[in-house]
Amino acid sequence: MSLVPLPSVLLLACAWLALGVIGLARARSLTLVAKVLFPAGAAIGLAVAAVALMAIASPPTETVLPLGLPDLPFHFRLDSLSAFFLAILGLVSAGVSTFAAGYLRKGEGTPPGLQCLYYHVFLASMALVLVADDAYAFMVMWETMALSSFFLVTSDHRIAEIRRAGYLYLLIAHIGALSILLCFGVLQGGTGDYTFANMRAQSLPPFWATIGFLLALLGFGAKAGILPLHVWLPEAHPAAPSPVSALMSAVMLKTAVYGLLRVTFDLLHAQVWWWGVLALAIGLATALFGVVFSAVQSDMKRLLAYSSIENIGFIVVGFGLTVTFQAYEMRSLAALALTATLYHCLNHAYFKSLLFLATGSVLHATKERALGKLGGLIHKMPWVAWLALVGALAIAGLPPLNGFVSEWLLLQAFLFTPGLPDGYLNMFIPVAAAAVALAAALSGYVMVKFYGVIFLGQPREERLTEAHDAGPWERVGLVWLAAGCVTLGVVPVQVISLIDHVTGPLVGRTLAETATGSWLLLAPIETDRASYSPLVVLLGIVVATFAVWFAVRRVYHGRVRRAPAWDCGFPLQTPRMQDTAEGFGMPVRHVFEPFFRMTRELPSPFDRAPRYRVIVEDHLWHWCYLPVARWVERLTAIVAVLQRGRISVYLTYSFVTLLLLLLFVR
Amino acid sequence: MISWSGVVAQVTELALAVLLAPLLTGWVNQCRAWLQNKSGPGLLRPYRTIRKLFAKDAVIATNASAVFRTAPYVVFACMLVAAAIVPTLATDLPFSIAADAIALVGIFALARVFISLAAMDVGTAFGSLGARREMMIGFLAEPALLMVLFTASLISQSTSLATTVERLARMEFAIFPSLAFAGVAFTMVSLAENARIPVDNPATHLELTMIHEAMVLEYSARHLALIEWAASLKLFVYSCIGISIFFPFGISQGGDPLGFAYALPALVFKLAVGGALLAVIETVSAKMRIFRAPEFLGTAFMLAVLALLIHALLET
Repeated sequence: MSLVPLPSVLLLACAWLALGVIGLARARSLTLVAKVLFPAGAAIGLAVAAVALMAIASPPTETVLPLGLPDLPFHFRLDSLSAFFLAILGLVSAGVSTFAAGYLRKGEGTPPGLQCLYYHVFLASMALVLVADDAYAFMVMWETMALSSFFLVTSDHRIAEIRRAGYLYLLIAHIGALSILLCFGVLQGGTGDYTFANMRAQSLPPFWATIGFLLALLGFGAKAGILPLHVWLPEAHPAAPSPVSALMSAVMLKTAVYGLLRVTFDLLHAQVWWWGVLALAIGLATALFGVVFSAVQSDMKRLLAYSSIENIGFIVVGFGLTVTFQAYEMRSLAALALTATLYHCLNHAYFKSLLFLATGSVLHATKERALGKLGGLIHKMPWVAWLALVGALAIAGLPPLNGFVSEWLLLQAFLFTPGLPDGYLNMFIPVAAAAVALAAALSGYVMVKFYGVIFLGQPREERLTEAHDAGPWERVGLVWLAAGCVTLGVVPVQVISLIDHVTGPLVGRTLAETATGSWLLLAPIETDRASYSPLVVLLGIVVATFAVWFAVRRVYHGRVRRAPAWDCGFPLQTPRMQDTAEGFGMPVRHVFEPFFRMTRELPSPFDRAPRYRVIVEDHLWHWCYLPVARWVERLTAIVAVLQRGRISVYLTYSFVTLLLLLLFVR
Repeated sequence: MISWSGVVAQVTELALAVLLAPLLTGWVNQCRAWLQNKSGPGLLRPYRTIRKLFAKDAVIATNASAVFRTAPYVVFACMLVAAAIVPTLATDLPFSIAADAIALVGIFALARVFISLAAMDVGTAFGSLGARREMMIGFLAEPALLMVLFTASLISQSTSLATTVERLARMEFAIFPSLAFAGVAFTMVSLAENARIPVDNPATHLELTMIHEAMVLEYSARHLALIEWAASLKLFVYSCIGISIFFPFGISQGGDPLGFAYALPALVFKLAVGGALLAVIETVSAKMRIFRAPEFLGTAFMLAVLALLIHALLET
């Protein structure tokens, strides 16, 4: 039986919508929503992933649905690039929906049925964004995605801070959407036909192509969170319920990456080398900025949000390298860089959703988001703690987990760069590689802080001793994602053979054509130049660990005595003496001081109730956003002169306007 | 692809690393004592310490979790894997195909993350302080080390350490200015990574200035023995990285039994000289304040990037 992939994807998206509608009909029934609808949503997610994985190797399929406006039908197309991102959506949402089945509680803002509606509309719109084949369908789905996620972010809309975060999110989402709309306007090249097929057929002059690329970078960058447009991420992610933050960070940011790849490599033909360098520079700045800021956060979800900014930075770096290589016709290097980019998209989707969900479990168990009030949860929540450890090690880019594979590929792409025809570029690339290495090393610091402060040590608050572990649904979701992190880490060759179907059409070369490795050995260029076999490394570490353990037990003994912590003989230990999140961030604050805008309140030695306060802010907020906000306020103040609040004045305005119009028409 | 002589070389090398590592530590300590006009504890002191610690009962804090108990084994295993990658006697190592220089840096990072997490696990003031400092040193030293290895990789057109060493050893009398910068950077990084003066003092008893020692304060008996042994192994592996990249002469290439027999004394000689030099560096410099360490490592990082730039500009 030949299963037609594209109609199946559309049907599955409709099934998601249907689940949402059922939820709306029984909005107050928590059992129905949590125990039937969300697991069903997870099953649909798996089906989407299965269809996408089948479609990734098959030729593109297209269809036209007579929906929307008369004479303006929706075009849909499923090719390997769409299928790859659909697979991410399906695989990750399966885990997140399962987790959400156990996560939903009564009495938290929006009723469960309504949340179910937003959630499934969000999933369906992301799926449809990925298969849209004309600007009209794309923008409709893109906006549906933004709106449904806005409602999800503001689930707890009774809290003013959350409403504010939602507003900021919506604002930046719309700046981005406008830019994307203009980009499509440029790409259609004056023909008035907004299908992607037409855009592909256009060959734009370099000037307009550049305008189109810059608009796409701005528009999709706003959604992805690249540097000056990142401000909504650290506000929106903590505000949203954890499964929603997981989906937003893991999948929604990737739809922006998808859009960027679609426009740059599919719709625009000619690439200019400096587009890549621009993207590379922005990506580096984003990655460094994200990781440095995540190191000083004291709210666990904000920390993860900044870490998402960092990872998007890595993805944009890979993208920039790909564009540069492509512009110089170095196709096998472009394939390597693109593979690293796509692999990192997949990896980030897995480990970031895993960690966001883990923070959700911690939040439910302790009602606490501030790192300074957590600690020691590994004893009370072993499932969450051990699974989060997998995620933390993966995101820190440590072998043999998945984060390391994409980092390795990216660094390899950098290493093969010398030989670019431009001397300045050859000088810039080593510096860029150093910055990538620095950001990657810092992410290890961030993860030790994140994991150590939440799960290790002693509980910093009395009531943490009552924390409970995650329920069975949540565990299944977490295990699914953690297993993904390990699997993606140890079988990169098989994953890359799937990604090859995507890189082939986009850059005209695949890694398979140059690779010399075997099923066990990842060797993107030649075994002589570079090779890595995560499975062997994993086996090496595991076997060595057990061999040492066994040997020590066998030769000596396993006697253990438990005693209170020694701490150099200091007897008056309290949990408050442990390092706090602020303390752990201190070296980074010290080393990267120019990055931050800090205000500090130090107590004097004679204070009765000494308080130490430090507020760390973002320079960009003060440089880019507040001036604009002040401008808008000044403008509105001028406009407000017109607003008198008296009906006779407004009638006069209407009268004058009418007169003017009459004059004009005459 | 995997030859029998390769397997033999691999096993010999690993066994040699495990057995010789404490001796290198003992040699450095002994040299340092001589330079300071002391008689010194003797070359075999680290072995005796390890044996003594293994025989003792382990005392573990009441609230320590499994992370605390597994960390010493994981750290030791990581160092074993690292020792298996670095060519010391021969370049024909089957395991070095599985993990290249970037993976080696990753494995060091894995060990560092584990020991830091273990230090935070008991929840004492000194433990988390040590963990924080160790990670600070780590995030500065790791990219610098990576850049040093990148310089060597670019010269030899390979990130596999074995291939790098093989190709570097064949380039007769070729002088690379980039390698000189990389060498200085590598020395600075190794001092920091192995908790030596001027960044950290391995013999300190003052908790407030400790980095590595502060992290392992809660460990005792067999766990401490493993950590000490792993620290010796780390010093050994770092020395071998330096030797194999900057002084690759004498390392046997291919499955040549005669070269193998010649490689061992060469290695011992180079390690002895390297250890003595380390003792000299430690004797003539003073420990820095903790917040001078970022400047020190920042310099190393800049030198390493400079090495890469010089290579990109002059040597291609």
